[in-house]
Amino acid sequence: MPRIRDIAKVCKSKNAGPFELTVDVVFDDPDLYRRVKATGVLGPDLIARLYGVSPNQVLFTPYDAASAFKATFPRLLPSGEVGDTDVYGCQQHAPLLDVDLPV
Amino acid sequence: MSEVRLLSTSAILGYGFPEASLEAGMARRPHMIGVDGGSVDPGPYYLGAGKPFCSIMAIRRDLRLMLRAAIGAGIPLVIGTSGGSGGEPHLQTVAGLAREIAAEEDLHFRMALIHAEPAREDLLARLAAGRVRPLAGLPPLEAEVVGRAERIVGMMGPEPFLQAMEGGAQVILAGRSSDPAPWVAACLRAGLPPAPAWYAGKMLECGATPSLPKGHDCLLVTIRDDHVDCEPMNPIRRCTPLSIANHSLHENASPIHHVEPGGMLDTSDCRFDALSDRAVRISGMRWTPAQQYTVKLEGVERAGYRSICVCGTRDPLLIGRIDVFIEEIRKIVAEKAGAFGATPEKYKLAFRVYGRDGVMAEREPLRDATPHELGFVIEVVGETQEVATAVLGIARTNMLHTDFPGRLCREGNMAFPFSPSDVEVGAVYRFSVYHVLALDDPCEIFPIEYEEV
Repeated sequence: MPRIRDIAKVCKSKNAGPFELTVDVVFDDPDLYRRVKATGVLGPDLIARLYGVSPNQVLFTPYDAASAFKATFPRLLPSGEVGDTDVYGCQQHAPLLDVDLPV
Repeated sequence: MSEVRLLSTSAILGYGFPEASLEAGMARRPHMIGVDGGSVDPGPYYLGAGKPFCSIMAIRRDLRLMLRAAIGAGIPLVIGTSGGSGGEPHLQTVAGLAREIAAEEDLHFRMALIHAEPAREDLLARLAAGRVRPLAGLPPLEAEVVGRAERIVGMMGPEPFLQAMEGGAQVILAGRSSDPAPWVAACLRAGLPPAPAWYAGKMLECGATPSLPKGHDCLLVTIRDDHVDCEPMNPIRRCTPLSIANHSLHENASPIHHVEPGGMLDTSDCRFDALSDRAVRISGMRWTPAQQYTVKLEGVERAGYRSICVCGTRDPLLIGRIDVFIEEIRKIVAEKAGAFGATPEKYKLAFRVYGRDGVMAEREPLRDATPHELGFVIEVVGETQEVATAVLGIARTNMLHTDFPGRLCREGNMAFPFSPSDVEVGAVYRFSVYHVLALDDPCEIFPIEYEEV
């Protein structure tokens, strides 16, 4: 079964402001994107499980026009707060890379 | 005007760009050049300390090339979020550099400074009038938080830029601004509608970032009534539908609803069409004006003073029991630092363990990996720098010398790459204000000053 790292063209994380983290998975083939979307694997529940938040804290948006999925949820700590490990939030994507996609 | 051509030199003033890209962009006769001057991304320190996150040397270099190009061509040069965070010291730093370069290069122009650090009494009055509400799940703003803040900036929309353009300024340096705002102002001034204007601004604010290979370089965007064309100026880069679509997701909570001062850009029905193998046309964006005009407020307060030490271990016997070992060090530090008056409520001690969970902390899913080496950043945030450094010294010494069961490396547990091993990092800030403020007039907290340079 392919993983996100095998078939996506972008898999990344970044701050969306100092208090939220946003992760994106982008495909370059609209047909593949539609098939991934149809599996229902990528959704708020997956993000909640991978990042230890509750599903209702996840804003999950498939973006058909860009063949992309975006999820936004609270950071562990605000950017730069004492104890924060990733001020830019750009190295929080790894748990997504190995997600299996049954396409 | 049927189209507006805007040239962005880079993602941030001071990130650099090839001179040849600027020349190629100027050959396309842009109506304005500019660059975003900052970001909240590098964290709360820069806003608190009043310092840019790019070096003065790097900012001066970029600004010199841009001033020469703009004044030479008789077009405006506009910089948002000057000096990294867009507070008053940041704005003055960039204004000082502009004056210095103008004198050296014999350049003359009318300059506008748009201030974005409203007086504290003004903010308190607006807060009391119920004009402020929280973002991102924060609690409502309280007067004490405003009073305690080291610095608070308001994030302007395009209207103050538009006013400065109409005021005849050729060079506009602004404090904290919504990243697209300077570009939107140029489009609105030319009579273009807000939807393509805001979309163009979202592309231009990062220079050539929406291209492949991604890099800090120049991007030319052409805006017409119902679409936006993006093209990088360096022949090694290309904008593709994928690179543009990817950038449309950048640093925003939603990929389709972009809330901005004065309205919302809706990109749900955008189309990305290749115009060539290196230029892309985006169409289908929509703009919905807001009922109430709002601007974001960003503020930080001081959280203490930090000292750090970097070290590492290659000892498998220690790596195998690192959690227990660190807990023991914590106990020793509490006792020894307490003995010289640095009691636990005066500092926070952290051991960042790289090779285990230094990047993702509690969100790290791989919990059973056994690395062959571990890197540590020992960190103390104290109520004073003296406390932080004193506690760090005890922590470092005990990381190095404390025995553990089965220890063979009896001369020391840690490899230190540096002497001195301990670094005083200085003041630590935290974000304390991240709220929106309702305004009746989009310019009312952003005063503009003009000067002839």
